Amino acid sequence: MKNRDFTFWLFLTPVILGLSLVVVIPFIYGLFYSFTDWNGIKATTFLGFENYIKLFQDEEFRAALWFTIKFSVASVILLNILGLILALLVTRKLKSSNFLRTIFFMPNLIGGLILGFIWQFIFVSVFDDIGTALGIEALSGWLSTTNTGFWGLVILTCWQMAGYIMIIYIAYLQNIPNELIEASQIDGASSWQRFRNITFPLVAPAFTISMFLTLSTSFKIYDQNLSLTNGGPYNSTQMVAMEIVKTAFNENQMAFAQAKGVIFFLIVAVIAITQVYYNKKREVDM
Amino acid sequence: MQKTKRNLIIIEIVGVLLALLWLSPFYLMVVNAFKTKREIFEGVLGLPQALTSDNFVQAFEDLTFIQSFFNSVIITGMSVGIIILFSSMAGYVLARNKSKLSGVILLVFVSAMLIPFQSVMIPLVALFGQVDMLNAAGLIFMYLGFGCSLSIFLYHGAMTGISVSLDEAAIIDGANRFQTFWYIIFPLLKPISVTVAILNVIWIWNDYLLPSLVLGEANATIPLKMFYFFGQYTKQWHLALAGLTIAIIPVIIGYFFAQKQIIEGVAEGAVK
Repeated sequence: MKNRDFTFWLFLTPVILGLSLVVVIPFIYGLFYSFTDWNGIKATTFLGFENYIKLFQDEEFRAALWFTIKFSVASVILLNILGLILALLVTRKLKSSNFLRTIFFMPNLIGGLILGFIWQFIFVSVFDDIGTALGIEALSGWLSTTNTGFWGLVILTCWQMAGYIMIIYIAYLQNIPNELIEASQIDGASSWQRFRNITFPLVAPAFTISMFLTLSTSFKIYDQNLSLTNGGPYNSTQMVAMEIVKTAFNENQMAFAQAKGVIFFLIVAVIAITQVYYNKKREVDM
Repeated sequence: MQKTKRNLIIIEIVGVLLALLWLSPFYLMVVNAFKTKREIFEGVLGLPQALTSDNFVQAFEDLTFIQSFFNSVIITGMSVGIIILFSSMAGYVLARNKSKLSGVILLVFVSAMLIPFQSVMIPLVALFGQVDMLNAAGLIFMYLGFGCSLSIFLYHGAMTGISVSLDEAAIIDGANRFQTFWYIIFPLLKPISVTVAILNVIWIWNDYLLPSLVLGEANATIPLKMFYFFGQYTKQWHLALAGLTIAIIPVIIGYFFAQKQIIEGVAEGAVK
């Protein structure tokens, strides 16, 4: 097929139009408007870096960014531990193995918005009732403080995504040759030694994949944030994605929100590029 | 060996207990959806006194569930349909044309995946608003724009397993490019089409933010309607939970019938 082949371009036209009109052109427009006083309809003056300077002085944005970072670190660590444990569990020769996979993966299919509402009920009503019944005060008043809101979001995210991470680990665990396991058994290795010296090194690539996957997903979370805490109390559990939506559509500061969107893109891009770099490096090492 | 067997049984029990814990939010949701407001106030851990469908009937009506369900089906179905058709066409020609230009085009699509939604949503809504496209048709087109990158990438990868001699044979037999693609190549891409369909259905069916910016209440999809509904019934958990249960049922039914394909598809999409 030649480059200027008519069919080549014909087959590509729909997706090129889609990507350009939906992603590329809005992105370039947005980049330009973030340097102006754009209000969503027209821009009258060019402001240079004013929006960006204002953004780094914006307490709310900084708080949201910091909260998002803390949330992402906690989620990434817990999700990977939990995902690996679940994967190790369901790859044993259990009768219920398939059933367990189905159950652990299920929350992943349901939207974050709906799951957040369900967990709002669990944290507020169910936790409170259990706390009263057992006399544990720490279970009362969940989601009404920053701390419980934070852990509420972490628990929800872990419950929703652990099954997904489990599946990634399963794919790698199943690639471990059986002979290796058998040989180690004959040599008298304990299960811990087997995990430490055989399973873990062979599953390490899955670690990189799921670490970055969970990092970028938790960084971009919006729906769960909206339905579980709605940023409350007093915007203290608000994450970056939500802060940008609010700046734009509740406060109508379009250019300012767009500047935040550009910074958000840069952070997400740095995470992703680091991942590509690590993957390349790993391939070379192997 | 006796010891290993006993260990397996213990692990099995731990696994099943963990699965029950995993399901407990759904259990609590369903049980409390059958209660009256007063019963929920008295305690959320016990069973309901009577199994009445009152909450469900009211939630079903207030969610205008049949309408929202069809809106979701149409938007998800149309979007995924055009994503599959156009992305497979693009993946096909990009894989067959081994020029530098093809590589660059693929790289542009893949790089676009880096851009988070919040970085383009404001100008996107402004631009589509100017041409009066903030409606279901505009939304479907937006899903093509956001969804095609990953799909093209997956199709492009799958094309490496399909020999060029098939194309050549079809052309010799007098087929044109489109016929070759549609009758010879596209059927062979079916496994990856299933993966692409699953990944996009999960995403679009559950998406909230984009439809909330594009659609009005009359065309609301299930998540969007759920958001309005929940706002209306804050502190009325018996109705809210009945609504949530109804909203989840279609997904559970779908999962029940296609769980194997779904889990495999998601694994494939993630590992690539």
